Amino acid sequence: MAGNGKPKLALYWASSCGGCEIAVLALHEKILDVADAFDIVFWPCVMDFKEADIEAMEDGSIDICLFNGAIRNDDNEHMAHLMRQKSKVMVAFGSCAMEGCMPGLANFADREQMMKFIYHDSPSTDNPEGIEPQLVTEVAEGNLRLPAFWNTVRTLDQVVPVEYYLPGCPPEAKWIEAAVGAILSGELPPPGSVIGLDVTVCDECPRTKNEKKITRFYRPQEIIPDPDICLLEQGIFCAGIATRGGCGALCPQVNMGCRGCYGPNEGVIDGGARLIGAIGSVIEGRTAEDIDAVLDTLPDPAGYFYRFSLPHSLLQRVHLVNDNGRNVAQPIKEVPRLDPGLNV
Amino acid sequence: MPEKNYSEINPAWEGRKPVIVGFLCNWCSYRAADLAGTSRFGYPATLRDIRIMCTGRLDPTFVIKALREGADGVLVMGCHPHQCHYDEGNYKAMRRMALLRRTLAQLGVHPDRIQLGWASAAQGALFTETVAAMTERIAELGPLEWRDTIEDNITPRMPSPEIEEVVHGR
Amino acid sequence: MTEEKVGVYVCHCGHNIAGTVDVEAVAEWAADMPNVAISRDYKFMCSSLGQELIEEDVKEYGLTRVVVAACSPHMHEPTFRRACERAGLNPYLFEMANIREHDSWVHADDINAATEKAKAIVAGSIRRVMELQPLEPFIAKIDEPTLVVGGGIAGINTALEIANAGHPVYMVEREPSIGGHMAQLDKTFPTLDCSACILTPKMFDVGNHPNITLMTYSEVEQVDGYVGNFTVRVRKKARKIITDLCTGCGDCWSRCPAKVVDDVYEAGLGYRTAIYRPFPQAVPKYPVIDVDTCIYYEKGTCKACQKFCPTDAIDFDQEDEIVVLNVGNIVLATGYKLFDARRIPQYGYGRLANVFTSMEFERMVNASGPTGGKVVLRDGVTEPQTVGIVHCVGSRDRNYNQHCSNTCCMAALKFAHLVKERTGAEIYNFYIDIRTPSKNYEEFYHRILEEGAHLIRGRAAEVTDAARLPGEEGKLIIQAEDTLIGKQRRVPVDMVVLMAAMEPYEDAVEVSHRFGIGCSEAGFFTEKHPKLDPVATMTDGVFIAGACAGPKDIPESVEQGAAAAARVLTLIGQGEIKIEPIRATIDEDRCSGCRICNNLCPYSAIEFIEELGVSRVNPALCKGCGTCVAACPSQVIEGQHFTFDSIMAQIEGILYDRIEDTERVTYLGSQPAEAR
Repeated sequence: MAGNGKPKLALYWASSCGGCEIAVLALHEKILDVADAFDIVFWPCVMDFKEADIEAMEDGSIDICLFNGAIRNDDNEHMAHLMRQKSKVMVAFGSCAMEGCMPGLANFADREQMMKFIYHDSPSTDNPEGIEPQLVTEVAEGNLRLPAFWNTVRTLDQVVPVEYYLPGCPPEAKWIEAAVGAILSGELPPPGSVIGLDVTVCDECPRTKNEKKITRFYRPQEIIPDPDICLLEQGIFCAGIATRGGCGALCPQVNMGCRGCYGPNEGVIDGGARLIGAIGSVIEGRTAEDIDAVLDTLPDPAGYFYRFSLPHSLLQRVHLVNDNGRNVAQPIKEVPRLDPGLNV
Repeated sequence: MPEKNYSEINPAWEGRKPVIVGFLCNWCSYRAADLAGTSRFGYPATLRDIRIMCTGRLDPTFVIKALREGADGVLVMGCHPHQCHYDEGNYKAMRRMALLRRTLAQLGVHPDRIQLGWASAAQGALFTETVAAMTERIAELGPLEWRDTIEDNITPRMPSPEIEEVVHGR
Repeated sequence: MTEEKVGVYVCHCGHNIAGTVDVEAVAEWAADMPNVAISRDYKFMCSSLGQELIEEDVKEYGLTRVVVAACSPHMHEPTFRRACERAGLNPYLFEMANIREHDSWVHADDINAATEKAKAIVAGSIRRVMELQPLEPFIAKIDEPTLVVGGGIAGINTALEIANAGHPVYMVEREPSIGGHMAQLDKTFPTLDCSACILTPKMFDVGNHPNITLMTYSEVEQVDGYVGNFTVRVRKKARKIITDLCTGCGDCWSRCPAKVVDDVYEAGLGYRTAIYRPFPQAVPKYPVIDVDTCIYYEKGTCKACQKFCPTDAIDFDQEDEIVVLNVGNIVLATGYKLFDARRIPQYGYGRLANVFTSMEFERMVNASGPTGGKVVLRDGVTEPQTVGIVHCVGSRDRNYNQHCSNTCCMAALKFAHLVKERTGAEIYNFYIDIRTPSKNYEEFYHRILEEGAHLIRGRAAEVTDAARLPGEEGKLIIQAEDTLIGKQRRVPVDMVVLMAAMEPYEDAVEVSHRFGIGCSEAGFFTEKHPKLDPVATMTDGVFIAGACAGPKDIPESVEQGAAAAARVLTLIGQGEIKIEPIRATIDEDRCSGCRICNNLCPYSAIEFIEELGVSRVNPALCKGCGTCVAACPSQVIEGQHFTFDSIMAQIEGILYDRIEDTERVTYLGSQPAEAR
């Protein structure tokens, strides 16, 4: 512990949007209690400590590290290892660190495809000279080194061991409070636990739920939802059935289907698979043609089912095929149809 | 059936043979497989089957898990429609499989690697043909090797002597 | 890892497995697998010595799990489960690895591949068995009363068998009287017994049996519960008659001015009144008022029946009554309906006056029928000189019903006989095949041939009144290809009888769902096993008998009725039943009430508990198919014995050689720091 006797707290952001930092600020005035209770030793977003300061610390001297963001490049990975080395407890803070979240969507492609699209092919790219970021750039002062992008985005616990998880994109203030409170009081759950609820969003959602029979799906622009009935029953995709609760079902209450940002429920290793099973079970259709017709109204199922959790799912990413020494992502564009021979 | 050299169909096999995980329902397709055995029909030793009570039990997680742990394909077989021992389990399987195949295609799994079929307890011959046909198809498609996808070897875009090789934590 | 101790037994099965799979090598290899305490190979595991091996090892090595790699579980899973039980091990902690039917017998010419596959299958079983949990069967008590639905010959037989054995029976029949279709028939083949004569004594017995509570003009509306404990809600439709006062004298219907075509009992050939008793020998003897045709309900006038009733038994305001029954077993004997011959326009039924259906013809030849038993044309007077009988109307026909209706050939031959006997007319039967399989049926066929019926092997193409050739004026012409001579024939006749198919009732599919049983797409109820268990269904406690399970004749219906009764009596005699513990359970603490599972269960075993906001599985109704288990998006439904963990472990095991690094984490992440 520091000379002032306070536990040491570090917050780091890897590949993230900054929302988790803002979420900490969403504690409002309670942030002052946090500053009071902890000795914050590292918080790149807010304070001016440097990496060298961390390296200089003794191993395990940071009591808690709240690590948000996914592991996208070698710098993220390096910092994950460094923070792990220096911290007693690592908390995967937020969906990026826990499940992969938005950066994880890069796992639908590979690095080459991404770079090509971002720096060359995207409709809004204006890059006539075809400039791309280089790993190493020589300047007068020396060599500038950019982080190297990996092909595959990883979650924090796929890189280092993690003690606790705070789900959400971002986690709600009340859960951050709960985590901080537990840390301070020493009443922590067993290592490996998720600090959150053990039920799905449906438990908190006030809409009435009935039997589900989906004859078609609607995109948000195609329907004005009934505010009282379960969205899924109306054909509006809602991942709430397979998503850990804790957010208070915020999105369904504003007519927006849950997108799954708290990740799968406790004990589930592949949330997308659960959605496939659940939604597959309640669509109507007994012939190949009928079933395909319903599913045609849900384009991009992988996007819907793995939006937040692709890196942490069982398959983790799109299949890579070795093409002359380079691993190339090869999704299959054609939509598979059911064999009509399955009908009797 | 003597051991085939699958490398002749697709060199990517490099001497190994396709591995197909099968999910067979207790009442129909498992018994069809039993009948194929009693009748001494031969088929390639590529299928490794798991018994479930009904194809309605088929959790998509099982298919995904099998692919992840090294299967090159998954075969699910159940009772014919309106002959399901539990009334409608096979219809639910059909719908889930349709959605699963679409999702997996987006993840680069060729839909022919995941097959759904029906066989009644009397159809030992059909079971045999199904396994043989699927083996052929998987042989053409080549090995899936999902482990390689997960542990994909990353090299930085531009090699630089200052960068040490980063070894993954897993 | 667990502390489980697994015993592995690799069976030679003589030469059957050992001839192809290197069983010693498999046993040796298995010995090195984690958690395997003992691994053996043995010549015949299913022998008493083989089973004793297991029993001894369980005791000596403290085995907690057993794997036998041998034949199919359908052969010997019960055998080895019992062996485990004798050794004091819960029988559900046992797993069979099928390395015979699925391995040695199908990969006979590749020993290497067969052995490698055997290892994979065994590895899968070892991993799976370690995740299994001890289970106890659920014991259900059997309530004594039985519900018989349908008062035809099958249902009547079932009811009498059970009632005579001393147990109470409730019979629910939709029509005002029991008797079913057999009550409409005149003579029954092959003996030409009078149908009513052999049926009515049984009907009387049912009506008067102290153990049978007869509810006619009633329908089952709802069935809840499970074998031994069904709760059935029955609607007794209002007859508008106070049965305690009615003597069945018949003054009411003899006075009723409203007449309507009777298309139920008289098959449309005759009339009945609005207040009516379906036929003279009806059981019970009370009439009913058909409110759709009664003048009082339409205009508020008449009431002739009430005026003339000597016992004041008419009550126009009588309401339906709901009765709730608690029964232990249910037998469905709801029978069949006749194919609507109008669906085949080229046969002219409904358009050409003298085309009759088989049931109309039955009513015609019946002595108490609308024509007094005379075979006459639609004018009610003229006797036909020639009669054509068309077989397979709506049967054996891809456009309507694929099935053969079993009884029509015999019935058609019977008609040929009756026509000959009563009119001496020439008879032409148009058939595809003559199906006379049962006792004395073939002999009956030859008798009819000898009586001079003309049998033409050719499916009738059409029945027309458009005369083309001389001799056809004013006749009905049946055109068919006579396949035995290879020529088209046009046969002019005066009367045509269409042998209409036996079909399930229109609401048969709905009824099957109401009782929780399966049925074919057409609506015939599905038996548990077509060969070996024809009267049981997949739903314990619900049995089927008679034509509702498929077209059949009277002796077969009687047999099935008795068979169903025997099965019921077995259950009543045992007093209780063990229900297999393979079923689903919902963790209510973690259920979020999304209700995805609710309408997935074919047995309606899942209910939503409003007050708690969770779903719940009734363990006695659940059959363990696992559909809800796979569907639950939050994975809080567990399928006993086929749990998520056990199957995932089996997948890992079965791919053991594809997963090189056995230390590799199964479930990603969530690993405590100490583990690293």
